Amino acid sequence: MSDDIFILGINMTKFGKHPDKDSVDLGSEAALAALADGGVTIHDMGVIAAGNLLGGPGGFGQMLQKQIGQTGIPVYNVQNACATGATALRTVIMAIKAGECDMGLAVGVEMLSGAGLLAGGSRKEDDGTWQPHGRVGAIAGTDGRIGTVTMPGTFAQIGMQYLHEHTYGGAPAELFARISQKNHAHSTLNPLATYTKEMTLEHIMGDFMVAYPNTRPMCSANCDGAAAAVLVSGEKLKTLSAEQQRRAVKVAASILTSDPWTEGCQVLPDVNTLTRAAATQAYEQAGVGPEDLDLVELHDCFATAELVHYDNLMLCEPGGAVDFFESGAPFRDGAKPVNVSGGLQSKGHPVSATGIANVWEICHHLRGEAGPRQIEGARIGLAHVIGLGSACGVHILQSSGA
Amino acid sequence: MTQIPIVDYLVLEPEPHLRAHECTACGARFFGRRNACASCGSASFADAAVATEGEVTSFTIVAFAAPGIEVPFVAAIVDCDGTTVQANLVNTTADADHVHLGMKVRLATYSMGDDVNGVEGIGFGFEPVGNGSTAP
Repeated sequence: MSDDIFILGINMTKFGKHPDKDSVDLGSEAALAALADGGVTIHDMGVIAAGNLLGGPGGFGQMLQKQIGQTGIPVYNVQNACATGATALRTVIMAIKAGECDMGLAVGVEMLSGAGLLAGGSRKEDDGTWQPHGRVGAIAGTDGRIGTVTMPGTFAQIGMQYLHEHTYGGAPAELFARISQKNHAHSTLNPLATYTKEMTLEHIMGDFMVAYPNTRPMCSANCDGAAAAVLVSGEKLKTLSAEQQRRAVKVAASILTSDPWTEGCQVLPDVNTLTRAAATQAYEQAGVGPEDLDLVELHDCFATAELVHYDNLMLCEPGGAVDFFESGAPFRDGAKPVNVSGGLQSKGHPVSATGIANVWEICHHLRGEAGPRQIEGARIGLAHVIGLGSACGVHILQSSGA
Repeated sequence: MTQIPIVDYLVLEPEPHLRAHECTACGARFFGRRNACASCGSASFADAAVATEGEVTSFTIVAFAAPGIEVPFVAAIVDCDGTTVQANLVNTTADADHVHLGMKVRLATYSMGDDVNGVEGIGFGFEPVGNGSTAP
């Protein structure tokens, strides 16, 4: 028990547009609120891990310290694509596990409003001659000539590949749109979500097409947002107040994996193998199985991604993701609620914040503080993120009484 | 007339085909310059010709792309007799009524135009075989 790590305080800001703030403002807001939530101050922290991808060069963690407290503690600035937040969390957990400190702060923040497509930049102007460049000796931009490198297109192919492997006979566009419809419906109960509107299937399917079958509402919402968590060792927690101990959430498993080589993975990223590996290790570390989970926040960066992760996280039988969805299980009133926050499609996806924000959502339920969207009696939850490249973070959280 | 392929793994002669770097130790195949094998760590590779016919195992129809990229286009993943290849589907209409999972396709090349020295750039894609129709 004393070897366990707990989340003492945690916060996420409102996701959406914050034109009057910068990354440091948002990060400070989340960090200060997480400290207050845990009943501690920056002076109690022994380490900071800070995640930010698009804020430019320089130490984001140190910029944050300049606003919330320059106490001289070590700062780790981390980047791991969309798994950056989970990586910050895991960095603090490792520092505490290593015995270097007994409390630490993980922060993730991104300002993405209006960012548009991530990856797949413009072609370079031809200089008039065909000249081979780069690792494949390309004489011109390959995006759009040799497949796509955009995120919506990549994840569309990942979802379609799953349907092909499992010989789906239905209409893909409608299936994925219905997954998106679920998450948009869920977000109506989340006041911190970017979008909080219910959307009809007709609206989702008829909206602006990005990369078939993903229309705009089926893509993660680019938004601004931050999330932060204070972590504490079990030994230290014992010295804190009864109220702090009651609200503390146990980190039953904290796993980070990268993608092992599989045939074709350098052509279309294999987001399945590393997610399944992370889930397997997480269930083993936590001593629980998927059947024990009361809710799951998984990385639905696109509607097509949510489907494959039902399977990768073993929420269903192998190959059974479509049946799992059709059974109603992942709806908030179903047997295995998935993305009751609204998920990345509706709550939003401020990249580096996401891997802490989904842990916040789980903690909110485990503490019984989720208000109208509370999953009653939730004791164990799983938070999953994946960053292309790839990195996968899985955290299993358990209420202190569980 | 001189020609140059869009990427170095497109071989134009004697018949157009894709060429992979195949690890001599474990058989893993790669496109592009290698430092070592991502599967086994060996640093010894041999050229391997990739089958020119295959099956579409996944696709998307990209309708929104970076500036300068013509849309819509079909981006596909093709299983060429065990080697996974990425390409556009060409010589077919870019909509979900004409493209489907499991369709049979074959390599096709096309001209990207001449440069100022008269060198012709050659691109590639995969086109339906027959009516391509092996849909479920």
